[in-house]
Amino acid sequence: MPYLLIIGAKSDIAKAIANKYAENGYDLYLAARNSKELETFAQDIRVKTDKKVECLELDILDFASHQDFYNNLNEKPEGVASAVGYLGDQTESQKEFNEAQTIINTNYTGVVSLLNVIASNFEARKSGFIIGISSVAGERGRQSNYTYGSAKAALSAYLSGLRNRLTASNVAVITVKPGFVDTQMTEDMDLPKALTATPQQVADDVYNAQVNGKNIIYTRWFWKWIMLIIKTIPEWKFKQLKL
Amino acid sequence: MSINSWGNYPKINNNSIKFNTIDDLKNQLKNHSEIIACGNNRSYGDSALSNNIIQVKPFNKFLDFDQKAGVLHIQAGVLLADIIKYFVPRGWFLKIVPGTKFITIGGAIASDVHGKNHHIDGCFSESTLEFSLMLPDGQIKLCSPSKNQDLFRATCGGMGLTGVILDAKISLRKINSKFISQTTIKTENLEDTFAAFEKYNSEKYNFAWIDCFARGKNLGRSIMTIGDFADDGQLDYIPSQKINIPFFLPNFTINKFTAGMFNKLYYYQTKQQISHQKLDLDAYFFPLDGIDNLNRVWGKSGFLQYQCILPKETAFVGLTELIECISRTKLGSHLSVLKKHGKANENYLSFPLEGYSLALDFKMNNGLFKHLDHLDQILQKYGGRIYLTKDARVSKQVFERGYPNIEKFRELRKKYKMSQKFNSLQSHRLGL
Repeated sequence: MPYLLIIGAKSDIAKAIANKYAENGYDLYLAARNSKELETFAQDIRVKTDKKVECLELDILDFASHQDFYNNLNEKPEGVASAVGYLGDQTESQKEFNEAQTIINTNYTGVVSLLNVIASNFEARKSGFIIGISSVAGERGRQSNYTYGSAKAALSAYLSGLRNRLTASNVAVITVKPGFVDTQMTEDMDLPKALTATPQQVADDVYNAQVNGKNIIYTRWFWKWIMLIIKTIPEWKFKQLKL
Repeated sequence: MSINSWGNYPKINNNSIKFNTIDDLKNQLKNHSEIIACGNNRSYGDSALSNNIIQVKPFNKFLDFDQKAGVLHIQAGVLLADIIKYFVPRGWFLKIVPGTKFITIGGAIASDVHGKNHHIDGCFSESTLEFSLMLPDGQIKLCSPSKNQDLFRATCGGMGLTGVILDAKISLRKINSKFISQTTIKTENLEDTFAAFEKYNSEKYNFAWIDCFARGKNLGRSIMTIGDFADDGQLDYIPSQKINIPFFLPNFTINKFTAGMFNKLYYYQTKQQISHQKLDLDAYFFPLDGIDNLNRVWGKSGFLQYQCILPKETAFVGLTELIECISRTKLGSHLSVLKKHGKANENYLSFPLEGYSLALDFKMNNGLFKHLDHLDQILQKYGGRIYLTKDARVSKQVFERGYPNIEKFRELRKKYKMSQKFNSLQSHRLGL
């Protein structure tokens, strides 16, 4: 059976994606820091689906290790899903560059470093798919989370370029832009229920998008229209809003 | 936000407690009293309602599966629906399922649920090899029919009053189809219905929809179904899609006229005396799961389910009297279920005993409690008892008469200091 490699596998969206793909016949590589903590989760999928699930140690910030990490995979995956995400503390990131750097390197630089390695492999063998979880926060900078937002904006642009490059090699790149999702990342926020997706809904959307050859998706679907409105607000007005 | 039971009656304010790890749960137990574990809130009455409610449902990992022995090890929050979803395609099914698959393993053990095959396979505890239980002081005990037997006997059917069930090993049965071959038998009256249960007693699954509005010579007429898994190798099971009831229907939706009409229609839509069908396992075992939030059809004031069982010796006269009483008052329900049961097990508070059980839904209204008290009297007269999982109102006296092992249960609760920690509205009401 083909493997899916999931990076940032501890996130709730990653876990939902893992379940979804295992249920649809994929074996899994789950990569994260302190990957031992994923063992119970991995065993859960093994028992439920009878698929192979391996937990792999990966530090997305240790750029130099990425080539070795990928080389060490015995069987190369058919696809990869990056669910790496670090919201960080916006105020802190304005005062302490360290925090800003961690946000940028986790959400953007680290993902670029690893996906560069994987993309070359997929390009050479002329098959595969790359799913990148970006965010609607990357569509327009807002004072409440623009460090995170700018890193996700960069990621979206990177994925777009990657798609442009890899299409000729029959490799699909799917940019996923979730709106509000009920996860550990947002557990302290008071999110409007009607606009908030479950990780399972996101995973369903991601899987359907990949199977149906979509390029960019918003999840839930209505975020496309919400973001359209937000992007349409003229900058002279937007800058005055408390967002 | 407060948690309600499936019947939406009674309603109380409560504090919901979540835990991620075993240590977490230990601390929560230390810091709270008046606490009860809850699974998926599908018990009908007040058995999982308390000031502090431990949410076990998120504790839902699959731990291991022994392919050879067919033994599945899961955490207590796993839903039967999940086991069915993942294991039917691999040719396995739960040995015991009740009328809904949306209950947790912990709930199935605590209610010691039974299904349409009770007369052959017994209760859920008969398919439970062992489970671990957290006691009031945070100690964890492994319980099985041979290890910590007293805790096993008290916890199966013990309505969560002995501690928090953490994980369990259950045994699955091999199947070779997602379909059930079913035979439907139409009966004319109660005598006929009883004869059919006797005749088809060796069939794996059997039960009957009984028309509780029919009187006189038609009293006890039923649509009985018997069946078992087909053997066609078709295992490509996908859980069936659900229809949702998005809001509470107005309180007048269900009344004695609609209920009576419904029973007649249901009876007469089955034309032949005996007919055969093949249907999806969801449609067979869990027909009411097909509608999400079905409990909302009874309106905001909620509903009660009344499920009682009578020993085989008195079942016929007892049921005749019960049904007469129900049809006279016209409070009766849309679909009432009759089932013949096998021998009782040794658990202190498990519901089934050798005889016949009757399950009825009643919409909450003013005269209802008095009416049900009347049914209780009939029940008592014939040595029957009620099902705690569905109960929100039975009197202590009626309850105690039906459960001769209650003192053993109470002593055990005292011995392990459970009664100072684990309590529900139901345990207070009945002095469990």
